[in-house]
Parts: sequence; structure tokens; C-alpha cells
Amino acid sequence: MIPEPSKPSRVYFFGTCLIDSFYPDAGLAAIRLIEREGVRVIFPADQSCCGQPAYNSGFPAEARAVARRQIQALREDIPVVVPSGSCAGMMKHHYPTLFAGDKDLPQAQAFSERVFEWSEFMARVLGVQYEDRGEPLRVTWHSSCHALREMQVIEHSKRLLRQLKNVELVELTKEHECCGFGGTFSIKQPAISGAMVNDKVDDIQRTGADRVIAGDCGCLLNITGAGGQRGLPFAGQHLAEFIWERINGG
Amino acid sequence: MAAESFEKNVDRALADAQLRKNFAFAMGNFILKRKAVFSDTEETERLRTLGNAIKQRALSRLPDLLVQLEAACTRNGIRVHWAETPAVANRIVLETIESHAGTRVVKGKSMVSEEMHLNAFLGTHGIEAVETDLGEFIIQLAGETPSHIIVPAIHKNKMQIAKIFHDKIPGAPYTEDVAELTAIARRTLRRKFYEAGIGLSGVNFAVAETGTLCLVENEGNGRLCTTVPPVHIAVMGLEKVVEKLDDLPPLLRLLTGSATGQLVTTYVNLITSPRRTGEKDGPTEVHLVILDNGRSRIYQDPELRQTLQCVRCGTCLNHCPVYTRIGGHAYGFVYPGPIGKILTPQVEGLEKAGELAFASSLCGACEEVCPVKIPIASLLRRLRDESYSGEPQGIVPGRGCKQNLAERLAWKSWAFLNTHPRLNRMVTSLLGMAGDYLPPAGPLERWMRYRTEPEFARKGLHRRAKEEGIADE
Repeated sequence: MIPEPSKPSRVYFFGTCLIDSFYPDAGLAAIRLIEREGVRVIFPADQSCCGQPAYNSGFPAEARAVARRQIQALREDIPVVVPSGSCAGMMKHHYPTLFAGDKDLPQAQAFSERVFEWSEFMARVLGVQYEDRGEPLRVTWHSSCHALREMQVIEHSKRLLRQLKNVELVELTKEHECCGFGGTFSIKQPAISGAMVNDKVDDIQRTGADRVIAGDCGCLLNITGAGGQRGLPFAGQHLAEFIWERINGG
Repeated sequence: MAAESFEKNVDRALADAQLRKNFAFAMGNFILKRKAVFSDTEETERLRTLGNAIKQRALSRLPDLLVQLEAACTRNGIRVHWAETPAVANRIVLETIESHAGTRVVKGKSMVSEEMHLNAFLGTHGIEAVETDLGEFIIQLAGETPSHIIVPAIHKNKMQIAKIFHDKIPGAPYTEDVAELTAIARRTLRRKFYEAGIGLSGVNFAVAETGTLCLVENEGNGRLCTTVPPVHIAVMGLEKVVEKLDDLPPLLRLLTGSATGQLVTTYVNLITSPRRTGEKDGPTEVHLVILDNGRSRIYQDPELRQTLQCVRCGTCLNHCPVYTRIGGHAYGFVYPGPIGKILTPQVEGLEKAGELAFASSLCGACEEVCPVKIPIASLLRRLRDESYSGEPQGIVPGRGCKQNLAERLAWKSWAFLNTHPRLNRMVTSLLGMAGDYLPPAGPLERWMRYRTEPEFARKGLHRRAKEEGIADE
């Protein structure tokens, strides 16, 4: 057994580029929920993107330059909490590979050890307990591939979701299948990506859920975009924003 | 393959509702079957780690093991031939057949023979090669290629097969009864086994220590091909060699469980020699053709070498969300699915096949089930890097073929923006105000083919965090 890390007094929050541009409410909710546990959150203004888009597209030098800047912006030896399994996976599992043979490899390795996905940090490190004040609601859950396979944090995300007593969770039939986002994949292979996301949307529809909750905003942008184009009524929300809403009676 | 032809294949496959239904149904079943025989996750993990270790150990000594295999086979009376290219391998097979004045070959399932395009080659020399694996038999009648490396006719349903049999087999009635269809195939093939002078097969594992060829199958056609005709020719890729007989049990458990969700196949053939004096059956001659076809080149790179760990179970195809939707033919090459995406560009070169490495969301479903733990996503990334690489050295043919100014500039600008925080915050703010007015062109147009336009937040998280008084240091 890995010992549970003790509760830190301060953490960095890495907001991710997608949350910055498309889902700032999710980012703010994630920050507020950490602060609520008595942990001071630092959001360095110099952060931008984890570098994954270039890393997955055949441009490792550009990815490295961007990654280096993040390590610099988040340099103090405190946990880095990331509200995305994909970006956290990049920083935790791929930075050491990306910096192989680079002078900053030791820093990259030390940095990667400080990275936590948000729901894991909340459930495992802080051991949060939530009281649901919302109306009864049926939701479904989408596991992002990197949260599932790289970070392996889905049990933590679901543990948080299950604390919400008035929320009925209806699982997807193919929860472990990719939604087809894959970053630049969605625009490099639009037809395959489109077929994948439309199947995901069908699966969500079958649950009869009003909302799909996820821990990754890339997936959400993809899924709600496809659902929206088909005029379907379900909404998508990041887990942090959803929890913030529920415990405040929304 | 060039990007355009792959795109066309994909569009055609996605438009075929029957094809998508056939694949989704069949792959779903394979996933469940595999899960049932690997239900103990800890034990499965231990077994996969062992499988990985066995193949890595074998690859680390590959040249030595191949020499050892040749010596052991020769000692056992198996004649070993080396082929650097498919053309050479075809020539060896042809010469062997001709030296026996053979005109008919019965074939067990072999992906290496597909790689050689052997049937077509033999056909041009007046030699009939008959596929005897039921799936291969079906697609040979239909004039098609395998759409899956284990179940080659999985893209056909029983109505389609009924029609093929009725049209192509003289005297076959139209029937959708599966038992009757199987009986028709059996009757047709039984005759071919008696008539053939040559039996040809693939190899699942070749044991260097003992000179043993291991071949697994479920229909018995493999055993007939390797025992009934007087001459047996086995073809294998050079990565199929393993050190010792003791390596086989875990590898077979992994291969069979991953491929078909079985604990053991109906037939496990261990072939160690031709018919010995006093024995009543078996071929009097056994030949082993060992094909390179780019493998020794792949072997030179320690990272890419992991591609050669593959045991051809096909489970990465079954679990792949891309393969499940487009099927095997859309890939345009012999090996489809995740393994095809990493193997084909390395063998055929990035110019011809590099696009395949980009046809993945890097979801990692393949890696999670690979019985020998090939890091498929990492290798896909590596091939993407190779495609754009400006450095001259490297072993992958076509290195740097995707280099272009437009993309390089785009990524350079992206990196500049993301390493200059103030400028980046300005641009994000600007997009928040004006992003919704972006013209639907380029990447945005491709996104919007299946989705609504993404809505930029008026104020991004950077600005909101500042306004809400979140500490920035």
C-alpha cells in the first residue's frame, strides 16, 4: 500500500488551457473546493498549457519548450493539482520521457512526482465529505481515457460523485471507450472522431440522464458539441463545477 | 498510404452501416470472451509481465537465437531458408514446390504469407494455393483480403457467406444454415487436402532450443496441411523465435486468451521434424522460410524494437475504437488496427503508410490489453515525431516526409504564445471577446462537421481567478 500523502497547507492549481478558454467556472469551482478544506490555492499567472497538443502531434521540441515554462511557473516544492486526467497524465507520466536527454530532466522528474489529478487529490489526499443540497437528478459519468488508464483515478472521481445523495448515477454501456476527442485527432481525423463521439452521444442518451459529468473538459467540449449539433437536451459539466453546485443547493 | 486515400477508405467504411454493425457486434463479443478468461486482474498482470519478459529476452538475443534455431531445425531434418524480402521468400517457396513438380498447395492461416502476397504470386506460375482456414477460404472465394488477422472474414455475415458459397462453389445450394455451410466447406476442402502435393503454414512460435515449430488453430486444417501432403513449408517472420520450450505455456495462454478468449485452442501442433524412419505418417520434407522484410531494420532501434514483441493475437484490433468503426480493409495494408499502425509505417515507410500513425486518439485501450505489453501509444507518438523530424539519421524510411512550413510555423507560434504568459493572456482575452466570430475554416471547420462551434468564455480562468482574489504566488 502506498501511504496516503498528508494534507498540505498550500497547493498550486494548474488550470489547463481548455478550462481557461472554455470552462473557467469549472476551474474556479475546483479552486473553491480545495480552499474549502483549508488549503491555500496558488494560481500562478504565468501558467498556460501542459504541452500535450504538440507532444502528440510530432512536435516534441515545441512541447518541451512549453512544458519547461510550466515547470518554471510551478517551481516551489508543493503539490500541483490539475482538474484534468489528460493534462495531469501528461505532466506526471510523459514529462520524464519528454525531457529524456535534456539538462532539465531532474527537474522534470521531481515535478512529475508532485502532480495530482483533482478528484484524486480531493478524495485520497484531503478525504473530503460532501453533503448534497440539490434536487434529485439523474446523471451519467464519462471516464476520460487518460484519467482511466494513465492516472487511474476514476475510482476517486466516482467516490466523490457517490457522496451526492440526491444524485442518481446511471453508468454508460461502454464507459471505457474513448469519446473520440484525442486533441488534434478530432481535427486530423474528423470522420473517425465524429463516428466515435456520435456513438458516445447515443450511449449517453440511452441512460436518460440530464447531465453527463466528466473530469476532463476536452471530452466535454467534444461530447456536448456533438450532442448540441444533434439538438439533444443533455448538458455536460466538469465534476468540480457539479459538486460546487450541489453542495450549494443549486 | 497517402492521407487522401486513407480518408477515402475511412469515408467508405463509415458509410457502410452493415459493416459497422458486423464489426461492433463481433468485437464486442471478443472483448467479453477475453474478459472471461482473464477475470483475475492480478494474475493477468503477472502473466502479461512474464509474456513481455519472455519476448524481450528473446529479442535481446535475436541474432543468436536465429542461428540456434537454424542449427536445431537442421539437426532435426527441417530445411531452413532465409529471405530478406517477400520476393525472395516467394521465390524459395516456388522453387520448393517446383522441385516436387507440385501444382496444388493447401494453406493453413498465415499472415506472413499475406505479407508476401504468396497466393497471387503462385497463381502467376500456374500453382493453385487453396486457403483451408474457414475464414480465409471464404474471403479467397470472394476475392478479398483478410479484414482481421485472426478472424479474416469477420466483416461478412452469414447471408453474405451463403451467397458467396452458392455463387462460387460448384453445386453448392443457397443455405443460411451455419452447420450446412460448414459442411459444404468441409466437403470441398477435404478433397483439396488429398490432392495437394504441398502443405503450407505459418508459425506462432519457433523454439530455438529444440528446433520446434509451434502452431495453434481450432479447425484441424492446420494439422491436415502440415501432415497430409508429402511436403510441408512453414513461413515465419524472424521475430517469432523464442528461447526455450518452457516459454511456450505462458505465451500460449496469453495468445489464446487474448485472441479468442479460449483457455486452449482445439489443436496445438508442435512440429519438430519430417517423418522419421518407421513412422507411418507426416510429410517427408519440412521447410522453414524465415522472412525479414524490414524486421532486422526495426530491430536496430531499441524503442521501435518493441514492435517485434507482437504475437499476432489481434486483441488490440478488438479493443480499438477506430478499428471497430472502420474495419480492417480501410487501413489499406495487410496488418490493420493498432499493431498495423505501428508496424506498417516502419516496414513500408512513412511516405506510403505514415498517415496510419495519426489515425489514433491515443486512448491506450490497445496497450491495456496487449499480452506482451507493447507500448503502442508511445510508438505511435514516436512515428509522428519521425514524420516531422528534421534530423537526418534514423532507421524509419521516409523520415521527415511530413515536414511543411505551415505546420511548423503554427506549432512554433503556439509554443511562443504558451511560453510568453502576458501575450498568451492577451490572446485568450481577445478570443473570449471575438472567438465566436472566427470563420469556420481550417481546423474549426473540421471540428464543426460533427459538433457545434465551441463557445469561448467571455472571461478566461486567468482573469476570473485574478478578479476573485486567488493568490498568484
